[in-house]
Amino acid sequence: MSIKIEDLTYIYNPKSPFETKALDRVNLDIEDGEFIGLIGHTGSGKSTLIQHMNGLIKPTTGKITVGEFVMTNEKAKLADLRKKVGLVFQYPEHQLFEETVYKDIAFGPKNLKLSDEDVDERVRESMELVNLDFELLKDRSPFELSGGQRRRVAIAGVLAMKPDVLILDEPTAGLDPKGRDEILEQVKFLHEKYNNTVIFVSHSMEDIAKLVDRIIVMHAGKIELSGTPKEVFRQSARLESIGLGIPQITKLMERLREIDTDFNPDIFTLEEAKSEILKWIRSNKDA
Amino acid sequence: MLKDITIGQHYPTGSFVHRLDPRIKIIITFLYIVSLFIVSNFFGYIFVVIFVFGSILLSKIPVKYVLKGLKPLMVLIGITFIINIFMTSGNVIVRFGPFSVTEEGLYQAFFMALRLILLVMGTSLLTLTTSPIALTDGIEHLLNPFKKLGVPAHELAMMMTIALRFIPTLLEETDKIMKAQIARGADFESGNLISRAKGLVPLLVPLFISSFRRADELAMAMEARCYRGGENRTRMKELKTNGRDYFALGVGVMLISILIVNRVWL
Repeated sequence: MSIKIEDLTYIYNPKSPFETKALDRVNLDIEDGEFIGLIGHTGSGKSTLIQHMNGLIKPTTGKITVGEFVMTNEKAKLADLRKKVGLVFQYPEHQLFEETVYKDIAFGPKNLKLSDEDVDERVRESMELVNLDFELLKDRSPFELSGGQRRRVAIAGVLAMKPDVLILDEPTAGLDPKGRDEILEQVKFLHEKYNNTVIFVSHSMEDIAKLVDRIIVMHAGKIELSGTPKEVFRQSARLESIGLGIPQITKLMERLREIDTDFNPDIFTLEEAKSEILKWIRSNKDA
Repeated sequence: MLKDITIGQHYPTGSFVHRLDPRIKIIITFLYIVSLFIVSNFFGYIFVVIFVFGSILLSKIPVKYVLKGLKPLMVLIGITFIINIFMTSGNVIVRFGPFSVTEEGLYQAFFMALRLILLVMGTSLLTLTTSPIALTDGIEHLLNPFKKLGVPAHELAMMMTIALRFIPTLLEETDKIMKAQIARGADFESGNLISRAKGLVPLLVPLFISSFRRADELAMAMEARCYRGGENRTRMKELKTNGRDYFALGVGVMLISILIVNRVWL
């Protein structure tokens, strides 16, 4: 499902002393099946932008088109839109409420008015997708699981609705490195399996560099940069001027380039860097 | 709907009223409430209305914003108005079956509604112009003399500070959880009363859990900084009264004296 955003502006607390412009004439096109990384500082408007995409807030002015759904300030009949766009909030484990893991994941599909068999199948499927053992965990209370497991239960709750567009708002915040890698792996796997549109919000350049097709950088309610990781990370000075950086490993490669211009500057992951450095060492030995 | 709640909301403009000593503001508000119940005739209300609107003008808060705080209370005011119209005996004007509207009833209903509206406006002006911290600070000072009688002034003030501090946090949290559940297809708006009440479970359970977690964390953080109640605590900002505070207090005292004189002699 493609998403088209035209001249979107959103103002919080209009006409009060706390009035703030969260989004300022944002224009954005997202193709069907794209894997987008949305990056920006706290308060840059990321969360506001993604909440518009499944109709949780209405634009102050401007227009959003998701698939065949059109949303403006007046028009907002959105229950159907929400079935198509799955949104995983920050710290999604805080929204768990049921007695068992099974019931909690079934909440979304049940709201879609599916039959019991379908619900059951979806719960099994989505638990498998996030790597949770169905038989072992289905009757446990979500509150007695570990933090990483709870988060995966909450993500499974959204996946069980089989959204065409999946939006994840900092899904790795507050997790240990192992938990983080697991979530990242699963998001990648999901995208490869279903080829759905994924929007991944993060402040971690490292996380994003590994995964996405396109990076969108937001700053002060506007889109500052948009392009492939390569294109975006080449603008390191501009990124730093808005308080963001490039991945540490890319920074290292830039420094290495000062020593020898043979180094490839477009390296964003540890694995790539390793092979690049090994290559350099070998070629230097020969010389 | 959540946005309409103005109770306990601070509206900073830095005006004359905002800069008054919170103790003085609390005393004036108290005098004002007493005055409202002394007023007995039209003439008296003129003074009260002038006082309230004068204060609002001085505070530089838009009148519309103050009136917004009345919205949730409109039902209550409406019911009071209707009951007073029909339940007061006196000279009958119109009769609807067993109910009759009397001259005294109309008079009574009008003034009762006005009194409630003025009460809410005046008291919300206190919270609008005073930050919660200054407010509880003022309350603590005013309660100090009662410490000897065993009133835990500091603890009460601390409880109020914490409660007020967490109103916006909990509202924000409610909003967040509500959105998360709506995104999972929850419906908080349609259906009959029972299904709506049931629909609140996915909101209330996470909200309770997070409130307990917050309370626990806050208690821990306070203990980690060796908080142990009010004894021997000093403050960075001592409250001080100056000329304008006495002036404001004078106006408050004048208001109540005029109304007492008005009631006794007129």
